[in-house]
Amino acid sequence: MKRSNEPIFWLLFGAGGVLSALVAPILILITGIIGPIGPWMPASALAYARVHGFAQHWLGKLLLLAVISLFLFHAVHRIYHGLHDLGLHAGTGAKVAAYGSALAGTLIAACLLLVIGF
Amino acid sequence: MAQVKAYVRPMQGWWRRNPYFVRYMFREASSVFLAIYAFILLVGLARLAQGEAAYNAWLTALASPASVVFHWFALLTVGYHAYTWWQVAPKSAPDIRIGGRPLSQMVITAGGWLATLGASALIYVIVRWM
Repeated sequence: MKRSNEPIFWLLFGAGGVLSALVAPILILITGIIGPIGPWMPASALAYARVHGFAQHWLGKLLLLAVISLFLFHAVHRIYHGLHDLGLHAGTGAKVAAYGSALAGTLIAACLLLVIGF
Repeated sequence: MAQVKAYVRPMQGWWRRNPYFVRYMFREASSVFLAIYAFILLVGLARLAQGEAAYNAWLTALASPASVVFHWFALLTVGYHAYTWWQVAPKSAPDIRIGGRPLSQMVITAGGWLATLGASALIYVIVRWM
């Protein structure tokens, strides 16, 4: 019997689910709402020098890559399986598009982090 | 052979008929918001790599009303998903036994909620004061 590739995607979905359950709400609040327009956050919090320094540090790189990559893999897994609920019975093409875009996002993020340097 | 004309229940709008499924679809909508949010962060990373002017333009775009409204909806749906994620965690968690007894479901769920609150507070303190 051919082995299923589902465990890989399930693992990435689960890891992204845990990470997003832990940190996605506060990250959305900080980078999308109180960071750009306040209140309770100085405008300097997301200033270029600070965020650039964070992205240059190896730990910052790791956290940024984990957040972007795992959020993407988690989200596309649910979108792919959610298509069925909307009456769209997607096939292999949709599966390749879903996980392929998450993989592409991961590789692009890794390249950008290398461009930013150490 | 004659075609059998069986009644097929229409599935159009199935989830609007039951509040449980409305909540289910609301939570599943968070996956779309999360994907878009990850993409916004990816764009931010690209702008960061391009330099200070590009990054500041990205920050200005984030302050636009459309962006803020999007992030409010994202916060609402993704926050609800985080809340329910820990509610189902006892069903997917490994079988942890203490003194031969399985860990109570409420302990796992409450532990998850506390972990989310703790991580959120930690990130807020680091971003704001450190």
